[in-house]
Parts: sequence; C-alpha cells; structure tokens
Amino acid sequence: MTEAASPELAGELVDADQQSRRSIRLMAFFDRFGVLLLVLVMGALSYAAQPEVFLSSNNIANIFRQTAFLALLALGQFLVIVTAGIDLSVGSTLALAMMSAAVLSVAGVPWPILILTPFAVGTAVGLVNGLGLTKLHMPHPFIMTLGMLNIARGLTNLISGGVPISGLPAEVRWLGAGNLVLGGIEIPVSVIAVIVSFALAWLFLEHTRTGRHIYAIGGNPQAARVSGINVDRTLVIVYALCGLLAGFSGLLLAGRTGSGFPNAGIGAELDAISAVIIGGASFFGGRGTVLGVFAGVLVIGMMRNLLNLSNVQVFWQQVLIGVVIIAIVAFDVLRRRAAASS
Amino acid sequence: MEAAAPLVIEARAIAKRFGHVTALRGVDLTLEPGEVLGVVGDNGAGKSTLMKVLSGLHQPSSGELLINGEAVRFGSPRDARQRGIEMVYQDLALAGNLRIDENILLGRERTRAIGPLRLVDHAANVALAKQHLDKLRIHVKSVSQRVEDLSGGQRQAVAIARATAFDAKVVIMDEPTAALAVREVRRVLDLIKDLKTHGIGVILISHRLDDIFYVCDRVMALFRGANFAEAPLGEVERDEVIGWIMGNKRQEDAPVGAGAN
Ligand SMILES: Nc1ncnc2c1ncn2[C@@H]1O[C@H](COP(=O)(O)OP(=O)(O)OP(=O)(O)O)[C@@H](O)[C@H]1O
Ligand SMILES: [Mg+2]
Repeated sequence: MTEAASPELAGELVDADQQSRRSIRLMAFFDRFGVLLLVLVMGALSYAAQPEVFLSSNNIANIFRQTAFLALLALGQFLVIVTAGIDLSVGSTLALAMMSAAVLSVAGVPWPILILTPFAVGTAVGLVNGLGLTKLHMPHPFIMTLGMLNIARGLTNLISGGVPISGLPAEVRWLGAGNLVLGGIEIPVSVIAVIVSFALAWLFLEHTRTGRHIYAIGGNPQAARVSGINVDRTLVIVYALCGLLAGFSGLLLAGRTGSGFPNAGIGAELDAISAVIIGGASFFGGRGTVLGVFAGVLVIGMMRNLLNLSNVQVFWQQVLIGVVIIAIVAFDVLRRRAAASS
Repeated sequence: MEAAAPLVIEARAIAKRFGHVTALRGVDLTLEPGEVLGVVGDNGAGKSTLMKVLSGLHQPSSGELLINGEAVRFGSPRDARQRGIEMVYQDLALAGNLRIDENILLGRERTRAIGPLRLVDHAANVALAKQHLDKLRIHVKSVSQRVEDLSGGQRQAVAIARATAFDAKVVIMDEPTAALAVREVRRVLDLIKDLKTHGIGVILISHRLDDIFYVCDRVMALFRGANFAEAPLGEVERDEVIGWIMGNKRQEDAPVGAGAN
C-alpha cells in the first residue's frame, strides 16, 4: 500500500469521549440486565406477599405454563418490533391456527397433521402480512395487520361456526399440559418448547446474517437498502416467522385447554406488545434482546400470579399492567436522558 | 477523448425526471482513476440526484453510463458496488444501533459453516474492520462501540471506511463535511487525500469552497440540472467558482462541447 499523505490523521478520529464511557458501560449493563432485575424484584415482592405459595414448584410451573403461549406470541412480536414494525394480528392468528386444528380434529384427521396445522396456518397468515406490506406498499404495518386481525378472526368464526370445539387428541393435550421428567424434575412440555424457541430465536438474531440485517433494518432501513440488503424479503421472513410463532402459540393453548375456542387470543396482541416493551425493546426498532423479551413475559406472568394469589380483582390487574408499562418506559427515558447529559 | 487514459466513470447526457420535476437535463461527467473531482452548484442544482444515478440508487431517465469504458446499467446500489463504485450518503447511511464493525461490513458479513448452519463469523468481521480502519489510519477505541455513540466526524469516518472496505475504485461523497466541527472537517478532508494516494477516485460534493480547493484536482459546476462550467483547480479562482454556482461565467470556462450556447 502507498504511504498515506497525512500522518497527523492518525488522531482521534474515532475516539470515545472519556468521561461518557463509564456511563455508557452502566447503560449497557442496564440495557442487558435491567429487566432481569425487574424479574428479581417481582419475585421478591411475590415471595414477601405469599411466602408459602409463591415458591412452591406447583405455582412456579403454573406461571410458566400460563405464560407459555404469551411467550411465543411476544417472541414473534419482538422480531417484528425490531424492524420498527408491529403485528396486530397475532391474537387472531393464534385463534385461527387453534380452530383449524380443532376443526380438522373433529373431521378425524390424524394427530401428526393436527400438530403441523397451526404452524402452517400461522406461517401462511404471516406470509400474507409480509407480502401485503411489501408488495402493496402499505404505508405502515399497523394497517396491514389491523386488516389481518379482522380477517383471521372472521375466518376463525367461519370455519367453526363461532362455537368452541373440545376433545382434542391426547398428543395435542400433552404439548400444552404434559410434563417431561428431566433429572428427576417435572418440567412442563410447553416450557421446554418455549425455551427451545427462544434459544433458536437468539441464535437466529445474533448469529445469522438475516438476523443482523433485521436489526439493521430497524436501525436505519435506508442504510440497509443501500448496503445491498433485500429489505422486503427480510420483512416477509420476519412476518412469516411471527405468524409461525403465533400458530405455535395457538397449538400450546389448544393443548392446555384440550379445545379450540373462537374467542381465544382476543387482545393477546396487546399483551405481547406489552411484554416486548417491558422487556426493553424499542418501539422505534433496532433495539432489544430475546432475553429481555423472556423477562418481560415473566414480569407480566408473575404480576398476574401475584395479583391472583392476593385475590386482586381482574380489572385491577389490567390497571396495574398499564401502570407498569408506562412506569417502565418512563424510567427508561429518564435513564437515557441522565446518561446522555452526564 | 478516446486516446486518453481510460476513464473510471464516464456519464453521457444523463437526464432524470421525477414526475413533473426534471432534476437532470443531459449532464456529462468524467472521472479519471485516482482523481478527486469537486462538484458544486446551488441548492436543487441536481448534485445529489446525479450522484445517486452514478451509485445505482436512481435509474436515469435517459443517458449512458460507462465504467472503465464499458456501458453499464445499474439496477441497485449493489450493482454499482460490484463495479467498485461506493457512495457516502448526505444523510449518512449508517445503522446507529449497530457496532462500528457491523456497519463497515453491513451486507457483506463473513460467515462460517457450523454443521448445517451458516453463522456470522463475528471475530473475523471484527478483525477485518480493524484491519481496514488501520489501513486508513482511523483509530478507534473499540470497534464494538455503537455508531450512535460517536460524534459526527467519527461517524463520517466510519461511513468512509465502509465505502472503501471492499476494493472501491470510486467513492462518491455527498457533503461529507456539512455537519462537522472545524477540526473534524480537516480530518475527513485528509482522509480523502489518503484515498487518492491509494488510487481511489473521489467525487466530492460540497458547498464549502475551502474543502474543494483543499482536496480537489478539478471542479465542475451544475446549474439547474445541467453542466455549467468546469476547470482544473489550478486554472480557476474562488470568485469564479462562486460565480458558477450563481449562474455567472466567462465564455472560456464553458466545458468542452457542452452548454456553449
Ligand atoms: N426523489 C425525488 N422526488 C422528486 N423530486 C426530487 C427527488 N430528489 C430530488 N428531487 C428534485 O430534484 C432537484 C435536484 O435535487 P438534488 O437533491 O439533486 O439537489 P442538490 O444539488 O443535491 O441540492 P442540495 O445542495 O440542496 O443538496 C430538486 O428540485 C429536488 O426537489
Ligand atoms: Mg444534495
């Protein structure tokens, strides 16, 4: 290589401001572990309020089992939110996937196909969302997925006549309600399914090119585009995965209740969004971690559990979850301001 | 024309219309290897649009583009990149939420196979990014800083590093110094001089004549979407260039074979 023209260029062209580095490190710590602290706080609160019940293995397993379907919805929603998008249709997709399996079950379709059906239905709905968003040049995913929220719910009622269907086969119920004994401990199958899904999502987001491109699109779609990233194709993949996870979620819920019911998942998209936001992801895209989403789901699950154990009215639970969402995001904003001005 | 050294870029009669707006009306541009060409012009003269045509972001409505003497048609920035033409955008095309190394290698990440999976080789990417920053003598505390935590000049350096990371023959820069503090401007301009010594051609758009006179070999002016004047830096005064920007010129400054009416 030719010698460069200007030795003094070697200067501090990219040089972190010394004093801000400590606060950056502190922020990085909060970014990574802030929600986990919140989980610990929730745990401590629950323990203080209900010492004998909360830590019983039965109760813990219950929390996990009850939040498993929300965890999968939130995971899919997270992928979408990282791209600065939103998927309002996940609750309806869950119901459509669940009812499709239930209807086929009544028709006597064998269980392996029943188990694959929710995945296929969910992925199909997600693909339509992604293709509609990109090919029809929808101004915002809000609109495409709001439409899909209605379409999928309508279809759910159409195929089922709007009535619940029970009597799903034992194999399906095992997924939602069964246990596996690992090392002498009974672990709900649904919990294992959730953990495997989260681990795969982590691997995908952190260690594949498509995963990194998803973050890049959320950070600056223009930068992604001029870097040769196929933004539209990536978005279609993201919405399809979100649909797939919503379908999986529907399967777990069907298994847990042993039935399909057409009102399943109404409003669940909002719980999923709440979990993602509580978990530290940015609504503006490009920020957040799989671990954070997991913690966000746990916080919601533990909060519900605590309020249930303490016999707090369901309506108050709703109020409290709302307060927590606002408080957490407000705290996050304050923290960033403090870090930026120091 | 034909006898001279091969031109890296030769754009002939490029026109670009956006609906009813005509941004470019038959613009010519040439660039020799390792040459630094300054492009000036008033707001809305069409400078950015011309550069976006050269870098594949816009497709021209008409006109011809030759790279190393070969006619090309760029469908996207990716096509232009494959020909060694890179652009540093006016509105910096960096993802602030990603690390420095990720930005430098965005869209061109190295991967390795693990079983049936192809995973991003983060270590290799970090090493590549560091090596390239060293080559440009851009010193970083850590390539794992997020780009949004950097100052304007630091980001500009990352953007330039990104543009030159893979065999760039030409780097197009749209007002790279517009948002920078004085000290940082100097560093970015020196970086451009560095690129020249590496044989990389540069097209520099700037409203700051200081920048143009500090680094450029030649300057050309656009006026209302057309060629207006051009000259080697040694043969032109600042005041004349200011005149060009405002649409005034002496007859002898007219570019050869263009706009002499
Ligand atoms: N995408 C677009 N759609 C419609 N009109 C456009 C578009 N891009 C540029 N134009 C128009 O084309 C003309 C040239 O714009 P351009 O951005 O190339 O000017 P410029 O010389 O870069 O100006 P500046 O110095 O302000 O950056 C302007 O009238 C502008 O409004
Ligand atoms: Mg411009």
